[in-house]
Amino acid sequence: MSEYDWLLFLHLLAAFAAVATVVIFSAFAFGWTRDRRVLTLASVLWAIGGLGTIGFGIWLAIYLDAYKITDGWIIAAIVLWAVATETGRRAEAGYRTAATAAGTDATVAAGDSAVATASGDASAATASGAELWQWLRSLAILALLVVMIYKPGA
Amino acid sequence: MALATIRPDAWNFPLLLHVGGAMLLVGSLALGAMAMLLSWRNGEAALVRLGYRALLFLALPSYIVMRVGAEWIISKEYPGNSPDVTWLNLGYPIADGGGFLLLVAIILTAIAIRRRTRADAGTSGLALGRGAGALASIATVAYLVASWAMATKPT
Repeated sequence: MSEYDWLLFLHLLAAFAAVATVVIFSAFAFGWTRDRRVLTLASVLWAIGGLGTIGFGIWLAIYLDAYKITDGWIIAAIVLWAVATETGRRAEAGYRTAATAAGTDATVAAGDSAVATASGDASAATASGAELWQWLRSLAILALLVVMIYKPGA
Repeated sequence: MALATIRPDAWNFPLLLHVGGAMLLVGSLALGAMAMLLSWRNGEAALVRLGYRALLFLALPSYIVMRVGAEWIISKEYPGNSPDVTWLNLGYPIADGGGFLLLVAIILTAIAIRRRTRADAGTSGLALGRGAGALASIATVAYLVASWAMATKPT
C-alpha cells in the first residue's frame, strides 16, 4: 500500500469512529439509554475519530498536489469539524450531568420525594439542552460528509 | 506527492448514499455490539434493549441505504457490465455476509429481550445476547475491512 492509501484509509477509519460517536449520542437523544459507560466509550471514540479525521485530513491535503490547505472546501471542512467538536462537547456535558442527576434521583427517591422531583426536572431539562447540541453536531457531521464527497470548488 | 482521483459529478450523490450509509451502519453495529458486550456478564435488560434498538432501527435501515448506494455507484462506474476487480470481489461478500450476520443478531436480541425482561429471567437469554454481541462485533470488523478495500482498491 502506498502512503496515500494509508493516509486515505486512516482518514476514513477515523471518520467511521466520528460517525459512530454521533450514532451513540443519538441513542441518548432518543432516550434509549443514560448509561455512563456507553457515554464514556462514545467520548473515547470521538477522541480517536475527531483527532484522526482532522490530523489525517490535513496530512492528506498537504500530501496531495491537487489540493491546498487554503482551498475553500478544506477550510469549510475544518470549520465544520470545529463546530462538531464544540457542539459534541456541550452535548456530552449535558448528558453527563443528566446521568448524574438520574443517579441522584434513584438515591433520594426513597427518602425525599420533593428533592427527587426537583432533581428529575433538572435532569430532564439538561438532557433536553443536550439533545439540541447533539442534533446540531449531527447536522455538522452530515455537512462535513457532503463537503468531503462533493469537494465544492475543487 | 500523489494525484487525487477526480470523479464525475454524477457519481457524487450515489457515493454520498453509499459512504454515509456505511458509516451509519458501522456506527450502529458498534453501538449494538457495545451494548450487548456491556451486558455480557449479567444480561442487563436495558442494555439488551439498547442493542436491539440499535440493530433494528439504526443498523438495518443504514444497511439498505449502503447497499442501494453501492449498486447505484457501480452502475455509474461500470455501466452495462459486471466488473471483476479485487476490491469489489471483497466488498460484495462482506456486504452480504455482514447483512446476514446483522439479521441473525437482530433475531437473537429480539428473543433475548423477551427472555431478559421476565421477572424470573435468571440466566435465560444470556447466551443469545452474547451471541448477538459477538455477531455484531464480527460484522463491525468485517465492514471496516471492506472500507479498507473500498478506500485502497487493492489489485
